[in-house]
Amino acid sequence: MRMIGWLGLAALAFTVGGAAQAETVKVGVVLPFSGANADLGHQIDKAFDLYVKLHANDIAPNKVEIIKRDEGPPTGAVAKTVATELITNDKVQILTGFVFSPSAIALAPVVTQAKVPMVIANAGTAWITNLSPYIARLSFSMWHHGYPMGAYAHDKIGCKTAALAYTDFPPGKDSTEAFKTGFEKAGGKITDSIPMGSPVQVPDFTPFFQKVKDAKPDCMYVFIPSGAHATGVMKAYGELGMRKAGVKLIGPMDLIPDNKLQDMGDAAIGTVVMGNYAVDLDNADNKAFNAAWHKEYGKDSYPDFMSAAGWDTMHAIFDTIKKLNGKVDDGSKVIDAMKGWSANGPRGKVSIDAATRDIVQDERAMEVIRKPDGKLGIKVLGTTSAVKDECKELKIGRCGS
Amino acid sequence: MPHFANIAVSILFDGLAYAMFLFITSVGLSVTMGLMGFVNLAHGAFAMAGGYIVVSLTRSLGIDFVPALAISSVTIGVASIPFERFLYRRLYRSTDLEQVLLTIGLAFMAIATATYFYGPIPKSVPLPEWLQGDVNLGFRYFPSYRAFLIVLGAALIAILWYAFERTNIGAKIRAAVDNRRMAESVGINVDLLFTLTFAVGSGLAALGGGLAIQLFGLSPSFAVIYLVLFLIVVAVGGLGSLKGTLLAALVLGVFDTGGKYLLADAGGFFIYAVTVAVLLIKPAGFYGRE
Amino acid sequence: MDTTSRERARERAAEYLLRRHRFRPAEALPWLIAIAVYFIFPDRMTFGSQVLIMVMFALSLDLILGYAGIVTLGHAAFFGIGAYTVGLAAARLHWNEPISGLFAAAIMAGLVGFITGWFLLRYRGLTLLMLTLATAIMLQETGNLRSDISGGYDGLPGLTFDPLLGKFDYDLYGHTYYLYVLAVLAVVFYFVRRIVYSPFGQALTGIRENVRRMHAIGSPVHRRLVTVYTIAAAIAGVAGALFTQTNAYVTLTVFDFDNSAKVMVMLILGGTGRLYGAFLGAVVYMVLEDYFSKLSPTFWQFGIGLMLVLAVLFARRGVLGLFESAGQYFSERKKS
Repeated sequence: MRMIGWLGLAALAFTVGGAAQAETVKVGVVLPFSGANADLGHQIDKAFDLYVKLHANDIAPNKVEIIKRDEGPPTGAVAKTVATELITNDKVQILTGFVFSPSAIALAPVVTQAKVPMVIANAGTAWITNLSPYIARLSFSMWHHGYPMGAYAHDKIGCKTAALAYTDFPPGKDSTEAFKTGFEKAGGKITDSIPMGSPVQVPDFTPFFQKVKDAKPDCMYVFIPSGAHATGVMKAYGELGMRKAGVKLIGPMDLIPDNKLQDMGDAAIGTVVMGNYAVDLDNADNKAFNAAWHKEYGKDSYPDFMSAAGWDTMHAIFDTIKKLNGKVDDGSKVIDAMKGWSANGPRGKVSIDAATRDIVQDERAMEVIRKPDGKLGIKVLGTTSAVKDECKELKIGRCGS
Repeated sequence: MPHFANIAVSILFDGLAYAMFLFITSVGLSVTMGLMGFVNLAHGAFAMAGGYIVVSLTRSLGIDFVPALAISSVTIGVASIPFERFLYRRLYRSTDLEQVLLTIGLAFMAIATATYFYGPIPKSVPLPEWLQGDVNLGFRYFPSYRAFLIVLGAALIAILWYAFERTNIGAKIRAAVDNRRMAESVGINVDLLFTLTFAVGSGLAALGGGLAIQLFGLSPSFAVIYLVLFLIVVAVGGLGSLKGTLLAALVLGVFDTGGKYLLADAGGFFIYAVTVAVLLIKPAGFYGRE
Repeated sequence: MDTTSRERARERAAEYLLRRHRFRPAEALPWLIAIAVYFIFPDRMTFGSQVLIMVMFALSLDLILGYAGIVTLGHAAFFGIGAYTVGLAAARLHWNEPISGLFAAAIMAGLVGFITGWFLLRYRGLTLLMLTLATAIMLQETGNLRSDISGGYDGLPGLTFDPLLGKFDYDLYGHTYYLYVLAVLAVVFYFVRRIVYSPFGQALTGIRENVRRMHAIGSPVHRRLVTVYTIAAAIAGVAGALFTQTNAYVTLTVFDFDNSAKVMVMLILGGTGRLYGAFLGAVVYMVLEDYFSKLSPTFWQFGIGLMLVLAVLFARRGVLGLFESAGQYFSERKKS
């Protein structure tokens, strides 16, 4: 009788204990699903969904519940309301997504107060990670691409002079300043710095580029928001015959988003960009990533650098959940678990710097070429490993605070 | 070429091409507003629709760019007729505000529909060989597409001018813009005139939309983002005036291009500063009536 | 009509005019609902504050659109000025007291409203639309030009504000914010109501209905318009200030044309020239937007467009107008 009692108790303990083991981690995803920037949100969202679908068992018996909300326009106000409610109403334990810097900036005090980790999948303003100890970033800062490009342009491409052309908003200023710092350090000279209108409307780039062409620098470093602007830039560059005139086009990888590259035509061939991802990257993880993407979303759909960042973001979140065994209620423990995280992904090896909680990744100089099958593609010219965000390393401006 | 002259030529050429685009897309709006007194903020949506039809024709059906432009304009022009007959007509006597709201509502619906069918990702069109690259005009090279815009614009201006000034219908339209009641009492079928003008105006907007793809890319929000520009051209030029729209398009196009070239920092400023300056002095625009 | 019934009619008319401004019991309803929301939905207070701010913004627009009949596309400019007054004061001058911030915002916005109104209100129609729109855009461009001061489109982050009246601090759930905004809204509303029912308010209605006649009877039309425009600008500025305070953040997007358009749609849907139209329109719009954009943002945009079209075709005086028509219909049936 007693034996049965003890066995029964043990069995009960097992079941209760076992049931208590399986946690459901609530993850709030905040991305723009409507408006002019919806395609950016979708690129990341697809990557999130794909990762969750393929790797759900990695964290078994724990589960992940994704709650999606529209980030709204880049004003920050909607994102703040929406994310705050995710925390207070839906009780999410981790926030992720965030295409726009203003959204992340607006939320920094909230996540500090609520002690909820915010894992950024895109927003690129360098000093964002300084705003709260609960912020980690898996995407990039403008300085990841801009700064190394400065030295590369001078040393390897042979640009002695360069003009800067950028869309007139903080990422544009950030990126060109990063390039300028690196370029001048390597001995180059900046001839001109041209703001090209607001990010909302794609302007006619011709007057700006014409001005650059007339001054004839060796290179032109262009920053524009990835999307319709990129195509506009390439068209203007081609129409004005700038490559013929001897002005090389360089920039961060935002200049040649993978899903627009084919439309850019011959004008794009010879463009050199610095970035962390291209669909053609030759590593095992990327090949698997592309295969899975095409299988899920069709052969005409392509991932881009935002999708790759989204994939790695979800990877980091899943690994952290696994590491903590699903016990993610203590936000500071989650952030601590993320510090120093590293893995291989479509972008090669990525890790999270323990000091700044920002991403450390390989940066590649890439040139647009025409592949043997007739399509436009990328050739990797050189790789710099484990690049950190130089803005914070050198403590420039707001990054120093 | 001497440097200064080179800059001037660049600004004038680029400004002219931009002005042609503004003119083609806005002239329909000006005549509609002048003739019918109807504030049609869905005009941008018609332009966007025209652009999307060109995208579909060239990408899915493999039709060449220029024929696609023509087909798209005619299609949208004809498709706009039911809107005028059954919807807009009921509001000719309403207040400006109500017309604004109705047409903005239509524009929103159009944007949502475009997003549903085409997705939010901006589109581009494949151009034929002769429109890519640049063309040599002897003393320097010019982008072919913009040269095409200027030539097309000039041709349309000539056709429209002829139609307005030298044909019967043109005379009737001008009469109706001047004094609708008088025109009606003289026996002019003003209703039919409205429908015809509206159809042509919308067709031209569609043409402008198709042409804009190469300049700005096409996404559903095109309908409202560039609407501000068209309204400015119409307001500055004066409602119902062909001359006014052309002059306004030229002034604004060249100032905007010049401003961006010479003072990129304050680039976007110019077009609005010019607008305010003109409207303060001549509230009805260059050739509008009080 | 014989003498007695004529006298009685006159008496009734006089009584109506005298009583018009008195508070009707039904007027307490929106305020009771607002307070009830505080208790029923304690976890939606952040959203609730934003709704109340929009109500105030729509109210300010009602003064010029609904009562004075001025159609403008640049009202967001005043919202933005108020928002940035508070933002810059907190970020650059380290002035964190919230209530004085509201006054400063009202003064700045009112000042700009006075200056622009004095020049622009001589025009009407499309001209005025374009002028007001251009002004708002130029303000935004200026802000971007000096983004070292304004923070550009990344804005002024991490603003902090002192606890209200030295005691009430702000919490994550936004409880304090909500009551704070509600209190300010109540004060502003009382003020607006007094204006609307005063002789000044009557003059505004006159200007809206028949401006020529007003000129003819010697009413100083331009002065009246500028006055109401200034007041409306100041109120919009207060709404903007509250926006910055509740979000602890402000970017240049507060000047967007989108904002001007959105508040106009809210007001029209609710019903112009009826004071409470602003309440109804703002609440309905924000709640529907919140609900539908969670379901499907594309359908939301289509839906709001459709609502606008239907409103113009069938419900020109907004939802309140519909209620009024229904009310009239029933009271007429009662009589007959």
